[in-house]
Amino acid sequence: MVFLSNLVNGISLGSIYAIIALGYTMVYGIAKMLNFAHGDVIMVGAYIIFCAAQYWNLPFIVSLLIAMAVCTLLGITIEKLAYKPLRQATSLAVLITAIGMSYLLQNTALLIWGANPKVFPDLMNLNTLQLFDGQLSIKGEILVTIAANIIIMIALTMFTSRTKMGKAMRCVSEDRGAAELMGINVNRTISVTFAIGSALAAIAGMLLCSSYPLLQPTTGSMPGIKAFTAAVFGGIGSIPGAMLGGILLGIIEILGKAYISTELGDAIVFAVLIIVLLVRPTGLLGKAVREKV
Amino acid sequence: MKKVLAMALALCLALTVCSALAEDLVLKIAHIGPQTGPAAVYGLATYRGAQIAADEITAADNGITIELLNEDDTHDAEKAVNAYNNVMEHGAQMIVGTTTTAPCIAVGAKAFEERVFMLTPSASSTDVTADKDNVYQLCFTDPNQGSASAAVISEKKLGTKIAVIYNNADAYSTGIYQTFVQKAAELGLEIVSTTTFTDDTTDYSAQVADAQNNGADLVFLPIYYTPASQILIAASSKGYTPVFFGVDGMDGILTLEGFDTKLAEGVMLLTPFVADAKDDLTVKFVAKYNELYGEVPNQFAADGYDCIYALVEAARKAGVQTGSPAEEICDSMIAAMQEISITGLTGTMKWSANGEVDKVPTAMVIKDGAYVGLEN
Repeated sequence: MVFLSNLVNGISLGSIYAIIALGYTMVYGIAKMLNFAHGDVIMVGAYIIFCAAQYWNLPFIVSLLIAMAVCTLLGITIEKLAYKPLRQATSLAVLITAIGMSYLLQNTALLIWGANPKVFPDLMNLNTLQLFDGQLSIKGEILVTIAANIIIMIALTMFTSRTKMGKAMRCVSEDRGAAELMGINVNRTISVTFAIGSALAAIAGMLLCSSYPLLQPTTGSMPGIKAFTAAVFGGIGSIPGAMLGGILLGIIEILGKAYISTELGDAIVFAVLIIVLLVRPTGLLGKAVREKV
Repeated sequence: MKKVLAMALALCLALTVCSALAEDLVLKIAHIGPQTGPAAVYGLATYRGAQIAADEITAADNGITIELLNEDDTHDAEKAVNAYNNVMEHGAQMIVGTTTTAPCIAVGAKAFEERVFMLTPSASSTDVTADKDNVYQLCFTDPNQGSASAAVISEKKLGTKIAVIYNNADAYSTGIYQTFVQKAAELGLEIVSTTTFTDDTTDYSAQVADAQNNGADLVFLPIYYTPASQILIAASSKGYTPVFFGVDGMDGILTLEGFDTKLAEGVMLLTPFVADAKDDLTVKFVAKYNELYGEVPNQFAADGYDCIYALVEAARKAGVQTGSPAEEICDSMIAAMQEISITGLTGTMKWSANGEVDKVPTAMVIKDGAYVGLEN
């Protein structure tokens, strides 16, 4: 029972990592860039929801929609201002820009909302599921997070395989030059990718802060890094891989803390990542792409 | 035009003469503490308390004017050293600060080198004063807090099986934890679960589950209020309701924005100051603080307030003059500090040569969203 309860805690944490990892992997899969500012877009989304719900007393769904709209705009703006001019630059330059963007967002949030932490309100107001005479409790937020994960995963897979825009995304991901020659608007495709990734970030922010209700300008950074690890773990670029990687990472972290040592919790997570990458460099579900020489 | 200039010049001269005649002792004291950032509650409180004390002394018209400089260190050691350099450039003679432990260790090392007298309202690690004759503490030391907590728990039989959750990336938390464990072993308290976290931790469910699974009926939290709030939330979602016992870092939990204070009901903590005490000094201070800042002061505000009175008392004894450079008065301040005894908001205090304060800790419990003495 103790093990089961730890497992539930692990899945809870993992489902949060998974939902953030989906955004990472989606942008990486198509634009082939690591958007390190993703964690901070999540933080902005969470703050918008906090303000909308707490200060303007808007209903929860409306707050979420506002946050999604704001994050989408923010994502497109970041892409236009910071990443687009670097389309032809080396991937290192883009990576450094993304890290810079991450700090810019954090410090802007510090200016706007101040550094005092805020406790995120319980917006979804869900009951806790009690099993085995209350020996095992599963928070309602967790079930919603897992459901959201599955829905988003299926929706993204459908979108990229069925719609015209989705197909364009896959083309861009495979060969940007050839896609352009075939008449695909590469810039627009990448912008749309960022828009979707950022809208997902708002949802992730809401779910992250509902489960772990502490909101401050650095809220997105550590979960962001862990989720990035999860995306690499599952095979970066692979949508089901992000979900699998996220959930496994959460379980490893919690079980490591519970049965080995709380002090080594994070060390265990990253050690597992290194081992997986040594054995399978493309991650669990990553495709090995042969480079033509 | 010439006439106007002459008049102005004369006026200036007259003003200078006047101020020279009054011979007010002007003390330049600098406060350094976090006023933004995760520990902002503490730094704002110590600053506001110090400001109230400084205004009182200046207004009392007994020949002392306090000029209080203030810098924000955001609970960051590097920024704290910058803040220190800044106030020293502005001619600070002594320092109230820094409010939190890690920055205080950094600033203390620098102040020791440059011979600047420091009195920290609330940095409680022994590392703050260790090997530095010029750094004094107004709060209890961590060993003191750790062993006092164990003593209170044992004496009042608050719990038989104890869990400890502490931040192993933080000197303050680790310091209290170590002495708590020592004293608990002496007193025969059983510790059934010990878990840690760091500043980056998002999820506390594993720590709470460990305490719960080992059947702990009291959880000792020698940590700051921000992670404490998350632990209380995690415990409540698991339906786990042990006694939570915190130390002075727990102070602030009732003013955390958005936090449901019902979750803090029954939480116990050690603090030397209670805002609803009935003595004149406390009543006056609480009323003034409430009038200026619209909230009830916590113990950090009281610490800041007492710091100014202690420094003024010591400065008087040491014969500090207006504009005496900090490095010249440092040694006489150190000597004076060991001789004085003051009664402030946080009790009657005396200091020993190692910079530690001698006063009595009291245990409090949160009832209906306010602190009340554990005795009642």
